[in-house]
Amino acid sequence: MNAYAFSFCDTTLHALPSGALWWPDQRLLCVSDLHLCKSDRVARRSGQMLPPYETRETLARLTADITACDPATVVCLGDSFDDLLAAETLSAEDAGSLTAMQAGRQWIWIEGNHDPGPVEFGGTHLAAYHCGPLVFRHIATAQPGEVSGHYHPKYAIPGAGSARPCFLFDRNRLILPAFGAYTGGLRATDPVLAALFDRPCAVLTGRRAIAVPVMPSTRPVPPGRLRGSRP
Amino acid sequence: MNLPPVFHDWFAARGWSVHPHQQDMLDRADAASLLLIAPTGGGKTLAGFLPTLAELADGEHDGLHTLYVSPLKALAADIKRNLRTPIDEMGLPIRVEDRTGDTTATAKKRQRADPPHILLTTPESLALLTSYEDAPRMFAGLQRIVVDEIHALAESKRGDQLMLALSRLQAMCPNLRRVGLSATVEDPAAIAHGLACHPDPCEILYADPGPDPDIAMLVTQERPPWSGGNARHAIPAVLEQVKQHKTTLIFHNTRAQAELFFHNLWLANDTDLPIGIHHGSLDRAQREKVESAMVRGDLRAIVCTGSLDLGIDWGDVDLVIQIGAPKNVKRLIQRIGRANHRYNAPSKALLVPANRFEVVECVAALEAARAHDLDGDPKGAGPRDVLCQHILIRACAGPFDADALFAEVQTVGAFASLTRAEFDDCLDFCATGGYALRAYDRWKRLLLRDGLWYLRDPRAARDIRMNIGTIQDADRLKVRLKGGFKPLGEVEEAFAAQLTKGDTFLIGGEIVRYEGLREVSVEVTRRADKPPKIATFMGTKFATSTQLSQRVLRMFQQEDWPQLPGHTSDWLHMQRRVSKLPEADRILVESFPHNDRAHTCFYGFAGRNAQQTLGLLLTKRMEEEGLDPLGFVATDYATLVWGLNPVTDPAPLFDRDAMLDGFNDWLGGNAVMKRTFRASATIAGLIQRNLPQARKSGRQATFSSDILYDTLAKYDPDHLMLQITREEALRGLVDFGRIEEMLTRTAGRVDHVTLNRPTPLAAPMLLEMGRIPIKGAGAERLMEDTAAQLMRDAGLADL
Repeated sequence: MNAYAFSFCDTTLHALPSGALWWPDQRLLCVSDLHLCKSDRVARRSGQMLPPYETRETLARLTADITACDPATVVCLGDSFDDLLAAETLSAEDAGSLTAMQAGRQWIWIEGNHDPGPVEFGGTHLAAYHCGPLVFRHIATAQPGEVSGHYHPKYAIPGAGSARPCFLFDRNRLILPAFGAYTGGLRATDPVLAALFDRPCAVLTGRRAIAVPVMPSTRPVPPGRLRGSRP
Repeated sequence: MNLPPVFHDWFAARGWSVHPHQQDMLDRADAASLLLIAPTGGGKTLAGFLPTLAELADGEHDGLHTLYVSPLKALAADIKRNLRTPIDEMGLPIRVEDRTGDTTATAKKRQRADPPHILLTTPESLALLTSYEDAPRMFAGLQRIVVDEIHALAESKRGDQLMLALSRLQAMCPNLRRVGLSATVEDPAAIAHGLACHPDPCEILYADPGPDPDIAMLVTQERPPWSGGNARHAIPAVLEQVKQHKTTLIFHNTRAQAELFFHNLWLANDTDLPIGIHHGSLDRAQREKVESAMVRGDLRAIVCTGSLDLGIDWGDVDLVIQIGAPKNVKRLIQRIGRANHRYNAPSKALLVPANRFEVVECVAALEAARAHDLDGDPKGAGPRDVLCQHILIRACAGPFDADALFAEVQTVGAFASLTRAEFDDCLDFCATGGYALRAYDRWKRLLLRDGLWYLRDPRAARDIRMNIGTIQDADRLKVRLKGGFKPLGEVEEAFAAQLTKGDTFLIGGEIVRYEGLREVSVEVTRRADKPPKIATFMGTKFATSTQLSQRVLRMFQQEDWPQLPGHTSDWLHMQRRVSKLPEADRILVESFPHNDRAHTCFYGFAGRNAQQTLGLLLTKRMEEEGLDPLGFVATDYATLVWGLNPVTDPAPLFDRDAMLDGFNDWLGGNAVMKRTFRASATIAGLIQRNLPQARKSGRQATFSSDILYDTLAKYDPDHLMLQITREEALRGLVDFGRIEEMLTRTAGRVDHVTLNRPTPLAAPMLLEMGRIPIKGAGAERLMEDTAAQLMRDAGLADL
C-alpha cells in the first residue's frame, strides 16, 4: 500500500493515499467529513442539481479501504452526513453498502457541525472517542493527542503540482483531509489552519501518500475562500 | 421604399448622396430577412437604419419599432450617438435608447414599461428581456431587428443565443423583419442561413468592396527576435509611423502583449505624443476616457486588442498597425478596414512580425490578403448547452408548451436539424438534471402540469437570469489604488494569487506595486521599484488558420525567398542545410539533446490548439513506450517534447489507430475536457457562475467542476453534459479535426532527423512560454523527490 507511516503521540499511524487514517496496533480506521448526500442538500437548498453520485463514490472508496485493512473499529470523524435530513434520503443501495461495511466491527459516528444528532444507521454515536493516547473529535480543541477533521485541509508543494487534500500534523495535533467526494478544501497555509499548528507536516493524498513540510506562505489568501465553522 | 423629402434635404445639406447599397436596403425594406455585406466604413449601419428612420418619420408608430443588437456595449453607445445626429438635424420624432449591462436599473425598468422606438442592445441583454413575463407587451409592435457585426456574433455561441432569442421574438411578433450587417466574410451564405427564420430564404446584398487596402510589412532596423510576442524591436519604427500619421491604431493579439507594448512605447515616446491603451480588461471608465479622447481626435495612437475590432467609429484613423502575425486573414482584412473610415479610400496598414517565424507568417498573410483568399472553418450544429439555457430562459417568462418551443427552436438555422429526442434530452436536463439515477424527483427545476412546463420554485428565475450569457470570463479581480475607489482594471485571480507584496505589474499602461488583497480587489500603489511582471489575461489565443498554415508550407518549398528580409531567408536556408524544411505532405520530426534532456520537435502545422492536443497524444504514446516524457510546448506550427529518453523511431507514434485509441482514453481525463466541461456546464445551468448570496471564488469553482466531471464520467458517462463536452472539445480546444487533416495529408510519411543540437527552426521553441508538464510517472517521481528533499532539509526525514 502506498501509505505514509509516521509517529504521533507514541503511536504509529498510517496516512492512506485515499485520505483515511489507519492505526494498525488498534486495527482502527478513521475517516473524516464524508458529507454523504451532499447533492441532495444542495438541490433542496439552492435548486442546483449536481450529479447525484457522490455518495456512491464516497462509499465505494470507503469500502475499498475497509476491504484492504479489515479494521476492528471504524471511526467517522463527523460531518458524515451533509445534514440530518439528507441522511433520510440515503438510497436503499447506499444504505445497504453502509450496513455491509458495519457488519462484524465496531462503528463510531462522531458528531460534526453538519450532523449533530444521531442517525438511524447502526453504530455508536459520540461527541468524542478516546482510545489510548489519542482522542477523536470533529473540531480541533487545544487537547494534545487529538485527531480531528472539519477543515478539509489541502496543500500544494510549491513548484510541484496543484493542491491536493492532505493530512496535517505536528507534535500534538492531527487533522484529516475530507474523505467525501464533493468537498472543497482550505489551504494548509490559511491563517485559520496555520494558527493551529507549530511547524506542521502535510501528507498529500492521491496515487501515493506524499509527506512534505508545510512552507509558510508569503502568498495572500485569495478572497472568497470558505473559512470558519462550515467548510 | 422612397425616402421622405426631409432625408434628401439632409443628405444634400451634408453634401452626401445615398450609397447604392443603402438604396438597395430601402428597396427591399419589406424582405423578411436580408443580409448586407459591406466593407468597414461603407455606411453599413446607416444602411441598416434608414428604413427604420423612414418608417418612423411620420410619428405614427407607438412603442418599440426596431431592435438593434451589436456584440459590444460600446458599439451600442456609439450608434446611439451617431443616430442622434440625423434624428436631431432632421427633427424626426424618434426616441433612441440603449440597454446594456451598464444601463441603470431605473432606466431599464422604465424601458420595459415605456419602450423607445429604437432600442440598442446586446445579445445577453436581449435574452434577459425575453425572460420577463411582460416581454410580449414590451415587444408588441416590433417591426425590425438589425443585427450589426453579425459575422463576429456568428463565430461564437453568442450568435446562437441571439438567434434563439430571435425565434422567441418572431413567435411574439410574426411580421418581424430581420436584417444582418456583416463585414466581408468567406461564406456569406452560411451567415444568411443563420439569420433567416428557417426554412425561409435570405437575400444577400453586396456593397461595393472599395479599393484594395495598401498593406505592407514594417521594415525595422533591428532584427525580430527568435521568439516571443512583444515586438520590442519595432518600437522606434512604430513610433516613427505614428509621427507620420494623424491617428494610428496598433492592434495586438493578446491583452498582455498590448500592455507590454504600450509600456515600452511610452518609455520610448520622447516627444510626448498622446497615446492611449484600450482592451477588455481595463475598467469601463478608463476605456470610455480613451474612447472619447479618440473621438475628439486628441490621441495620435491607440494600443488595442480585439475590443476595438468592431465597427465603432473612431474618427480619422489613417493607419492600422498589426503587431504579431494576424493568424487569420479574414480578421486581418477586417482590422485593416478600421483605417480610413471613409468610403472608397484605400486603407493603409502595416504588419509587424514579433519574431522570426512570424516574418514568414506575415508575408504569407500579405499574399493571401492581396489574393482575397479569406479563411474560415465551417460552423457545426447549434450547441445544446446554449439550448438548455434558452429553455430555462423560456421557463422564466412563464409556463410553456414543449411542442411549441421545439417548433420555434427549429426555425433557427443552426438548430434546424435538431431532433425531437435531442430537444427532449435538453428539456429533461433542465427539468430533472437528466441523470440516469433519477435522484431529484422532489427537487425538479421544471414541472409538467396540464401540458405546460413550470418553474417548480418561481424564485429560481432570479438565479437563471443572473446567469444568462455564454461568455466565459476567467475569474477576475478588480485592481484598485490603495485608499482609492476607482478601479484601474482587472487581473485574473490566478495571477493575483501569485503576487507577493512589493511585486510590480502593468495595468492600463501603468506600473503598480502590489500591496495586498482587500475583499475582492487587488490593492496597489503607484510606485514602481522593480521591473514589472506581466499580468496574465486569459483572452482567446487564436490558432493560425488552415489556409494560412498551408501558404507557409508552400512558401517553404521555394528555392529562395526574395520576398523575405535577409535575416529570415538566411535562417530558412540554414534550416535547409542542417536539417529540412517541413513539407505539406510529410511530417518532419527532429530530435536533439538540450540541457540534459532529450528533445523532439514535431512539425505538424495544425494550429496551436491541435498542436497542443498532439502534444498530449504523443506524450501519452511516449509514456507507454517508456520514453518518460516530462513536458511539451506547442505553437501554431510545431510541438516540442522533452523527456528522459530520446525518441529513436517516431513513425509508430503517429499510427492512426493507436492514436485514435489513445485519443478516446485520453479524452476522458484531461484538463482540456475539464475546462470545456466547466464552460458548457456553466452555460447549461449545471454550475452557477453568479450566486445571489456570495461570489464564489474562481479557484473553488474550478476545483468543484473538475470533481463533478470525474464523478459524472465514472457513474453516468452518457449524460448530456458529457456528450456536449465531447462535441465541444473536439471542435474547440482539442481541435481534433485538424489533427485528422494532418494525418490524412501526411499519410504516415515521417522524416526523422537526429542532430546533436537544436536546429534553427526548433531553437525558438525552446524559448516559448506556456510549457505543459506531463503528469505521468516522470512527474510523480520528481514530485516525490522534491518532497523527500524538503523533508530532509527540514530535518523531518526520519519522522
